[in-house]
Amino acid sequence: MENAIAWVLLFPLIGSVACALLGMANRKLCYPISVVSMVGATWAAVETLFQAVASPSAEVSYIFGGWVLDLFPRGVGIEFRADLLGALIALVVVGVALIVSMYAKLPVEKETPRKEALYYPLFLLQITGLAGIALTGDAFNLYVLIEVAALTGYGMIAIGSNRAAAATFNYLILGTIGASLYLLGVGYLYIKTGTLNMVGIQEVIAANNLHDSPAMQVAFVLIGLGILIKMAFFPFHAWLPNAYSNAPTTTSCLLAPLVTKVMIYVMIRMVLTVFGVEFSFESTLWSEFMPWLVVIAIVCAAVMALAQREIKKMLAYLIVAEVGYMVGGVWIYNYYGLIGSIFHIISDACMTLCLFLATGIILRACKTTHFDGLRGLFSKMPLTMIGFFVGGFSIIGLPPTCGFFSKWYLITGGMVAERWEYMVVLMFSTMVMVVLFFRLIERIYLAVSESGENLGKGHGDVGLTKEQTKFQEAPLSMLIPLLIAASIVMIIGVYNQEVVNQIERFLEPFNLPRGTGH
Amino acid sequence: MFEDGTMINELLIERLNYFIYVVLLLIGLHAMISKRNLIKKLIGMSIFQTAIILFYVSIAVKDEATIPIYKAEHDPHGAASKAAALELNSTDEAKPLYAPAELQPEETPQYANPLPHVLMLTAIVVGVATLGLALALCLRIQQGYGTVEEDELLVKIERADARYSQSPLAKVTTPRRRPARRSRKPRTAAQAARTSPKSASSPKSTGPTQTKSSAPKTKTTQAVKKSAPATRKSVASSPKAANKKPAPKKSPGRKPAGKTSSPKKKGAE
Repeated sequence: MENAIAWVLLFPLIGSVACALLGMANRKLCYPISVVSMVGATWAAVETLFQAVASPSAEVSYIFGGWVLDLFPRGVGIEFRADLLGALIALVVVGVALIVSMYAKLPVEKETPRKEALYYPLFLLQITGLAGIALTGDAFNLYVLIEVAALTGYGMIAIGSNRAAAATFNYLILGTIGASLYLLGVGYLYIKTGTLNMVGIQEVIAANNLHDSPAMQVAFVLIGLGILIKMAFFPFHAWLPNAYSNAPTTTSCLLAPLVTKVMIYVMIRMVLTVFGVEFSFESTLWSEFMPWLVVIAIVCAAVMALAQREIKKMLAYLIVAEVGYMVGGVWIYNYYGLIGSIFHIISDACMTLCLFLATGIILRACKTTHFDGLRGLFSKMPLTMIGFFVGGFSIIGLPPTCGFFSKWYLITGGMVAERWEYMVVLMFSTMVMVVLFFRLIERIYLAVSESGENLGKGHGDVGLTKEQTKFQEAPLSMLIPLLIAASIVMIIGVYNQEVVNQIERFLEPFNLPRGTGH
Repeated sequence: MFEDGTMINELLIERLNYFIYVVLLLIGLHAMISKRNLIKKLIGMSIFQTAIILFYVSIAVKDEATIPIYKAEHDPHGAASKAAALELNSTDEAKPLYAPAELQPEETPQYANPLPHVLMLTAIVVGVATLGLALALCLRIQQGYGTVEEDELLVKIERADARYSQSPLAKVTTPRRRPARRSRKPRTAAQAARTSPKSASSPKSTGPTQTKSSAPKTKTTQAVKKSAPATRKSVASSPKAANKKPAPKKSPGRKPAGKTSSPKKKGAE
C-alpha cells in the first residue's frame, strides 16, 4: 500500500482512541483492540521497510496534507521520511510493541486492576510517539513526538505504586529539561537555516558553509545535551533505574527496550542527517572527548549493576551501560563503529525485551525479583528460564545471539579507529556482564544465598520441596511472547548479514572513514 | 555607557530579549535542580519553558511587518479574488478560479514569519500537559507519603526501598523451611549420621516415633532441626553448630508443642 508509512502511526493512534472510548463501556475490549492495532502497525512497518528497500533512493517520503511548493520539493509542511535506518527502527519499535501488547493481558489485569481503559490508550499513544520519532523528517515534529512519548511514559510508570509516582517525578523534571534543551537547539537551527526539514537543514548547512558558525555550535551542543539526558547517558542516568524498576511490568517491558534506543537513533539522525558528518565530527570536538565520557559511563554503570541485588535494578543499570556502548559506537567516528551502533540498537531492543519479559514472569511467579528468590526456578519454569538465558547470553555476547554480532562491529570499529580506550572498556564491560549473568544462573541452579549461606545440602539440592520446584510454567499469554522474543534474538543473530547489508546501504552515502578518522 | 558597538549596548539594548531569555532559563534550571520543594521545582519548570517561548517569539520579531494574514489583493478568498474570478470566467483554464494577485517574493518582507509563533503554540500545549501531569504526580505523592518536601520524601522512600529490596529469605525462613524438612527427613538423617556421629544418635531414636505419631509436626521439626542445622552449619561454620547442637538434643524430651517449637526457631535462625 502506498501510504503504509502513515499507517504505522495511524494504527496505534486510532487504537488508543478506540481503547479510551470502548474501554469505558467494557474493559475487556482494550486488550484485543491493542493487539489488533499493533498487528496492523507491524504490517505497515514491514511494508514501509520493503518499500524503502525496493526504492532506488532507499527512502519513502510522505508529506502530510501534500503541502508542496515548487520552491520547496521537500514540502513546506511536515514530511515523514523513512530511509533504511528510520524504517528499521520503526519496525523494531512496532515489533517490540506487538510482542509486549500480546504479553500485557495478565500483568495489566493484576497490577493495575480496573484501570485497563486508562492504561491501554497510554500504551498505544506511547508507541505512536516512538514510531513517529523514528519516521519523522521534521526537527520540530520530532520534539512534539518526543514529548508525546515522554508524557505517556510518565503516565504509564506512575500508574503503578506511590513509589513509582515519586520516581516518575524525577524522570519528568529531567525529561523536560532534556526535551526543552532540544527545542532550544532546534530554535538556533531555525535561525541559521530557515527550515525545519532535516534534509533541508543539511542542504542549507552545506550550501552556505555554516560549519564555523557559533550559532550552529550552540545548536549542536544544546541538541546533543538534550538527547543525552533523554537517553540516560551516564551522568544523566539518575532517573532511569528507579523509574524502570518500580514501574508496572508491562511498562518496563515496553519502555526499557525502546525509549533509550530510540533516543540513540535520534542522536544518529542528528549527527548524520541533520548536521552532517563533516560538521558533527570535524567542526566539533565531540569525537575527541565523547569516547572518554563513554568509558567513564560504561565502567560506572557496570559497577553499579554489579552492586544490585535485584534483577530489575540490575537490568536498569545494564541499560545505562548499553547506552554507553552505542553512544561510543557513534563517536569513535568510524564506519564499522556506526554499523555496530545501529545494529546494537536493534539487537539491544530485542534482548532487553527478552530479559524484561522473563523478569515479569519471575515477578509473577515468585512475588520478588531479589536474587535470593530465584532458587529452583529452572525446574519450575524451564522455558521461561531459557528465554531469560538467551537474553542474558545476548547481553554478554555469545555467538549465536545477535548481541555477539553487534558487539563484534563495535569492537572492530574501536580497533580500526584506534580508540583503544573504547575497545578495552567494551571488553571490561563484557567481563562484568559475564559475572552478572552467571551469578544469576548460579542462584537459579544452586542453593546459595546472597550472604553466602548455603541453603541446600550439596550438589543439585536447592533447599526447596518438590512442590516448590514442581513444573509450573508461566501462563501461555506471557510465555509465548517471551519465546518469540528469544527466537527473534537468535534469528537476528543468524541472519545478521541481511540486517547489516541494509545498514551498510544506508551508511554508504555518508563517506565515513574506514580507517582512523584523523 | 551605551555607545554603539560596546558589549553592554549589544547585550542590553540590541539583544535585550535574548539576554532576558538566558537569565530566565538559568533561573528556571536552578529552581528545577536545587529547590527541595516539588511545587517550587514545577514553578521552575514553567519559567524554563517560558524562557524558551520568549526566545522563539524574539526570533520572529520583524520591524514594520504586518501579521501574516493576506492583504486584500493577495487574499484567495477575499473580495478582490472573487471579483477576479467573476471577470476571468470559470472556463478560463490558464489561471485557477481563485487566483488573486500573486504574492511576489519582494512583497513577502511585509509579513512577519508566523512559523515560530505556531511552533510555540504547540510548545505551550506540551508545557501545559507536562505541568498538569506533574501536578497530578505531586498530588499522588502527597497522598502516598504525606509530603511534597523532597528531604522528607527521600527519607520515607529510602525506608520503603529498604523494606522492598530486603532478601526474601529474611522474611520467609520459618514458613518455608518447616514443610521442607518433613519430606527430606530420611535423607538428611542419613546424611547427618554420616557427617557427624554425635547428632546421629538422636535422629535415629526419634525417627521411628515420628512416623507413627498422630501429631508429627512438632516431632518431625524437632528431629530435622537437629540434623538440618548440623549439616548446614558444618558447611558454613562448625563452632557455631557445636554450640547449637546441645539445645535441640535436649528437646526430644519435652513434649508440649508450643514450648518446644520456640527454642528451635531460635536455633534454626
